[in-house]
Amino acid sequence: MANEEIMVPHASVSQGSSSPRRTARRAGFATLALLAVLGLFTAACSSSKSSDSAKPSGPTKAAWIYVGPINDGGWTQTHNDGREAAAKALGDNLVSTYKENVPEGPETAQVIDDLVKDGNTVIFGTSYGFKDAMQAAAKKYPDVKFVQATGDDITINGASSVSSNYDEYWGAGEDTLYLAGVAAGSATKNNVIGVEAPFPIPEIIRQINGFALGAQSVNPAATVKVVWTKTWFDPAAERQAAESLVASGVDVIFSHQDSPTAGEVAKANNLPWVGYDSDQSAAYPSVWLTTATYNWGPYYTAKINSIRDGKWQQQNYYGTIGDEFTTVAPFGSLVSAETKSTIQAEQAKAAATKSFGWYWGLADREDQDGKVQIKKGQTLTQKDLYTMSYFVKGIDGSPKG
Amino acid sequence: MSVNSNLFVIIFASAIFYGTPLVFAAVGELLAERSGVINLGVEGMMLLGAVSAAMVAANVDGPAALVLPLALLAAMVAAGLGASIHAFLVITLRVNQIISGLALTIFAGAAGLSSYLANVWGLGKHPALNQFGRMDLFGLKKFPVLGPILFDQTLLTYLSWVLVVAVMVYLFRTRMGLHLRAVGESPQTADSVGISVTRYRYGHVIVGGMLAGVAGACFSLTIVPTWANGLTAGEGWIALALVIFGFWRPDLTLVGAYLFGALSSLSYTLQARGIDVPTALLDALPYVATIVVLVIVSNSRISRRLGSPAALGRPYEREER
Repeated sequence: MANEEIMVPHASVSQGSSSPRRTARRAGFATLALLAVLGLFTAACSSSKSSDSAKPSGPTKAAWIYVGPINDGGWTQTHNDGREAAAKALGDNLVSTYKENVPEGPETAQVIDDLVKDGNTVIFGTSYGFKDAMQAAAKKYPDVKFVQATGDDITINGASSVSSNYDEYWGAGEDTLYLAGVAAGSATKNNVIGVEAPFPIPEIIRQINGFALGAQSVNPAATVKVVWTKTWFDPAAERQAAESLVASGVDVIFSHQDSPTAGEVAKANNLPWVGYDSDQSAAYPSVWLTTATYNWGPYYTAKINSIRDGKWQQQNYYGTIGDEFTTVAPFGSLVSAETKSTIQAEQAKAAATKSFGWYWGLADREDQDGKVQIKKGQTLTQKDLYTMSYFVKGIDGSPKG
Repeated sequence: MSVNSNLFVIIFASAIFYGTPLVFAAVGELLAERSGVINLGVEGMMLLGAVSAAMVAANVDGPAALVLPLALLAAMVAAGLGASIHAFLVITLRVNQIISGLALTIFAGAAGLSSYLANVWGLGKHPALNQFGRMDLFGLKKFPVLGPILFDQTLLTYLSWVLVVAVMVYLFRTRMGLHLRAVGESPQTADSVGISVTRYRYGHVIVGGMLAGVAGACFSLTIVPTWANGLTAGEGWIALALVIFGFWRPDLTLVGAYLFGALSSLSYTLQARGIDVPTALLDALPYVATIVVLVIVSNSRISRRLGSPAALGRPYEREER
C-alpha cells in the first residue's frame, strides 16, 4: 500500500511538491470511503433473520447455527426445515433465529456470543466443527442451553466431561444407509460401487460400513470403492471425485456430500445414484435410487418443549428408524419392486427392535485385514459406533484418508 | 478397458474441462494487466457472473440455443459492471489498485453481493435446466486418446481456444494490441503519441471483467451446474497467479490453466485407482506452485524479464508528465 506514495513522486518530477501529497491524500480518502461503504454493505447483507419480534415474556428464544447456506439442498437445508417445523409446532412459544455459513473456527464463538447477547436461551449447533466452541460457551453461559448435533463427547467421555447445560444429539444414519446399500447392491452389474465421502472420521466410517454391509446383504460379491473429498460442501470437487470414480469403472455412485453435484455425473453417465440426506428423486428421476434422510423437526420441537417445561436433561439422543428420526428417501424408478419389498421388510425389522444397528451382528464381521471386529450375535453400543475406525471387508480405500 | 480409460487420457481430459474457467479468467486478467491495471477482484467478478448466469438459466424458459447465450451475456454484463467499479476507482480516482481489487472481491464474493442476490432470486434449489454439456464434436468422442481429450469437451472450452488465439493475434499482430502494450509499458510515451491511456485502461479492465464473468458461468452452467454460495472456490486467485505463471502471454497461460486443472482432480483420480498417495500434499500442489511463482516474480528484475508490464499497478496522471 505504501508503494503508491513512493511511486507518485517518481512520476511527478516537474510538477512541484504539493501534487503528490494531494494525490496520496485523495487516494486515502477514496480508500476510506470505499471501505466504509463496503462495511455498511456487508453489515446489511449479513444473513441473519428473525422470524418474529420478541414478546416481553413467554416465548423461548432459540437459535440455530449452520455451517452451510440454508439452500444447500442437503444437510443445512434439512436442519432449517427442522427449525421451521419446530416453529410451526410451537407457534407463539418459539422465536427462532438462524445464522448460516458460519465458519468452523474462532468465528463460531463470536456468533454464539452475539446470539446470547440477543437473548437466545437455547442454541443448536448443527455441525461437528462447532463442538468445541459450543462446549466453551456452555461453561461461559450456564443459563443458556447448548445442544450440539453429531457431538460425541457424552458418548465417548461421559456426561461429566461436559457442562450440564450442554447436550448432544444425532441419529443412526448408518442404518438407513444400510437400506440404501441394499438398493445399490441390487443395482450394480459389475459389483463395484463407488463412494465419495468427506472426511475419514468415525461418523462417516460407520456409515460407509453400514452401506457396504447393506449392499453385501443382497449381493455378496459387491465391493465398495471409497474416494475422500476432504470437504463437506464443494460442488466442483464433488463432481471431480464422482468423475474419477466413474472413470475407474464403478457402475453405481453413492455421494456422501452436502450438494447433489454427483447426481449430474450419474446422469451424464446414466449410472444409478445414491445421494445423502436430501431427496433428489424429482431433480434426477432417471438415475435416483434413494438415500438416508433425517427428520429433525420432531426432535427440535420435543427438546424445546422439555426446556420450556423445566425438564432439561442430557439425553444424548440417538434417533432410530423406529423413532422415524432416520428415514429412507422416496425410491427412484430404477429400484425394482422386489428390492423395494426387501428394503421395506428390513425397515420393519429395524423399527421393531426400537433400537439401532440390527444388522451388525448377523455374521462375524471382518475388517479389511481379515480380523474379526464384530462377532456373530454381538450388539454394538453407541460408543462402539462412535469409535469405529476400520472399514469392513469388501471396501476398497483407506479409513485413514 | 480401452485405451481411453488410461490414466493419462483421463487426467488430460479433466485438465481441460476444469482448466477452462481458469483460461477465461486468466486471459481476462491478462488483458487488464497488459494495460497496466491489476484487478484482484477476479474471484468476486467470477461469482457475479456465476450468479447472473444461474439466474437466467433458472428463470428463462426456452431452447438452450437461446437461454445459454443469454445467460453468458448476463454473466458478462454483471461481471463487467463489477470491473467498471474497479476501473473507475483506480483509473479515474487513482485509488490503490490492490485495495480496490480486494474490496471488489469482498464486496461481490461469497459473503457478499453474489450470495445476497442468490438468496433474493431463490437460486440453488435445482440443477440448471439448460447446461453446456459435452459435445462429442464430429462424433469423435471415442477416437483413441485424442477423442476424450479434444472432442468431448463443452462449447465453452472450444470458445476459450478461439479466445486464446484471438488474444494472441490481437496482442502481437495488431496496431491496437501494440498500443495496449505501450500503455502498459509506458503510459507517458503512449500518451505523447496520442494514445488515450484512460480509454485503453477502461476498455481492457472491463473486457477482462466480462471474461471473468464467463469463467464464473463455466461453474454455474457446466461444472456444478447450479448455484451454490462461493461455488468458484478460490479459482479467481489461481487465475491471478496464472497470468504471472504464463508470463503475461495467453498461450502459456492456457498451458498453466490446464496444469492447474489437472492438479485439481489428480488426487481423486489416483485415489479411485487405488494408488496410494498423500492426498493432502497433492491438493496443496497448485498453491505451492503459485507461491513459488509469486516468489520468483516478486524480484522486480526477474519480473521485467518475464514480461511484466512496466507500469503495472501504477496510476497514470497526465498532468504529472
